[in-house]
Amino acid sequence: MSNKIIQAIFDDDDVLVAAVKKVRESGNHIEEVFTPFPVHGLDKAMGLKDTRLAITAFIYGVIGISFAVWMMNFMMIDDWAQNIGGKPSFSYAENMPSFVPIMFEMTVFFAAHLMVITFYMRSKIWPFQEASNPDPRTTSHLFMMEVDAGDNADAVSSLLKKVGATELKVVDKH
Amino acid sequence: MSHYESPIRETLILGDKSYLDVSNDIAAPIEGKANRLWWIVFTIALVAFLWGLGAIIYTIGTGIGVWGLNNKINWAWDITNFVWWVGIGHAGTLISAVLLLFRQKWRMGINRSAEAMTIFAVVQAGLFPIIHMGRVWNAPWVLPIPNQFGSLWTNFNSPLLWDVFAISTYLSVSLVFWWTGLLPDFAMIRDRATKPFQKKIYGLLSFGWSGRAKDWQRFEEVSLVLAGLATPLVLSVHTIVSFDFATSVIPGWHSTVYPPYFVAGAVFSGFAMVQTLLIVMRKVSNLEAYITRDHIENMNKVILVTGGIVATAYLSEFFVGWYSGSSYEDFTYLSIGAATGPYWWAFWALILCNSVFPQLLWIKKLRRSFIFSFFMSIIINIGMWFERFDIIVINLSRGHLPSTWTQFSPTFVDISIYLGTIGFFFVLFLLYARTFPVVAQAEVKSILKSSGSQYKKEVAKQEDREYRAQGSN
Repeated sequence: MSNKIIQAIFDDDDVLVAAVKKVRESGNHIEEVFTPFPVHGLDKAMGLKDTRLAITAFIYGVIGISFAVWMMNFMMIDDWAQNIGGKPSFSYAENMPSFVPIMFEMTVFFAAHLMVITFYMRSKIWPFQEASNPDPRTTSHLFMMEVDAGDNADAVSSLLKKVGATELKVVDKH
Repeated sequence: MSHYESPIRETLILGDKSYLDVSNDIAAPIEGKANRLWWIVFTIALVAFLWGLGAIIYTIGTGIGVWGLNNKINWAWDITNFVWWVGIGHAGTLISAVLLLFRQKWRMGINRSAEAMTIFAVVQAGLFPIIHMGRVWNAPWVLPIPNQFGSLWTNFNSPLLWDVFAISTYLSVSLVFWWTGLLPDFAMIRDRATKPFQKKIYGLLSFGWSGRAKDWQRFEEVSLVLAGLATPLVLSVHTIVSFDFATSVIPGWHSTVYPPYFVAGAVFSGFAMVQTLLIVMRKVSNLEAYITRDHIENMNKVILVTGGIVATAYLSEFFVGWYSGSSYEDFTYLSIGAATGPYWWAFWALILCNSVFPQLLWIKKLRRSFIFSFFMSIIINIGMWFERFDIIVINLSRGHLPSTWTQFSPTFVDISIYLGTIGFFFVLFLLYARTFPVVAQAEVKSILKSSGSQYKKEVAKQEDREYRAQGSN
């Protein structure tokens, strides 16, 4: 294994997805792909596993509703029960209808915010984080595929040229 | 072909745009200089905002006695403005979340600005309940935090507290939804910025977004799940706002139709405000290729549907009030008593602006006209303000005891605070229009090949050829 990678620039998303498939079929390892917008089918072509963020959102939502139930039960029933408009203040179950709005809001609040925080942590995006796309044009209109150069950089380069790369650059592995 | 879409579907991006053209068009307002008109409008908005700020400080310093409230009408312009602004703040999330779930691609030209408008409108809305407290320094008491009274907790049975939770969840989730969508667009601006300061600022705002394939996969999943969460959220917010009235025992307020009717009204007024802003913005920021006549027509259709729901709710309210035969129901805001009483002008402003004039949108020529749509959106904004004014002031002006019957007249402080929030809203929106990518360019690029005009033409030609080839066999 060499410690070089080849950065291939593409100028079309359909060409890119086809190229990704061919590069993988030829047994080369794709390190990373940078694109300016979500290219549909790219994750499948690259063989990326499905993300589990939706599952985390569900778990966070369950935590949110449980927290809301615990909080209101503690505050309104256990800690300081009050007679408000004659509503049952001694039983969470009987007073529950008027707690539904906040149970719902807390579910959404927890699910949405904690999922987004998880996304930011997993993808390492937060304030003061430095951008790491090697070519600034890949956030605007170009696409970049980083391929492990392997033992034969020339062969990989010519394959990338053949599948439609417009520019090639060999760099050290970062 | 991954981008195939039938050529008879609407073209959403006009002109022969490439990916680079899209970047250039969206970055242009940020990289260019503000013109004279922007400065003039910004100055007017800023003066209005500062004037309103002065009125708020005066209110807090002296007490809410400086407003026109009286013993009977103890909610008036403040809550009217609160509900009006929250209602306006419904269109953004509706466009970005509900239309995402329904796979409506036309949302992509307008969702960014609609969400910005949502957030700025909810900020205005949040001001009113807080200053209405009078003693604003006690505002943290609405939060369930341990305190020195025992602890004496907040009352979770109260619709006013539900509001606190609903509005703050809505504001914060909308903000996060908006910002996550902004990250790739800030990154685009960052990577093409030439001035070091600009590069630093947009680098900070973009959270180091780099556009890895895995990040995009997560981004799309997060957008979809957030849309799924925000859809019931946006419906819940105005439902809960309507509970402020519906759970009370005031004639005219105590009405089970309020939640759906308020939500429809919110969407109605929110889309009107989106029209007001975007019809101007597409011209000023040269976005005619992205916010097209079809976009305006689609929004007018939503206005027509939700306006129809609102009109139906008015009719049912009117009928039920009349059919009850109760004399107390004859001075609720939708009754013959209201139409002919001292508030006849407010009643008829509501009916004309919300239910009569918008019917003109059934005419295709009118709903595809920019000028007409702009004026119609202003009329609806006025009408929806009157709806909330009527619900609050007309219903409170006549109670069970005729000796308490009274009217409301706003003081200059009421008017100043209202104008101040409009100024504040436009200050925020104008700053946004100059510094933020106002169209979700990453999303627009992802539909360029299926909905861009030149690709559409090619697909149409291709299909035509195939059809002819089949015919000759």
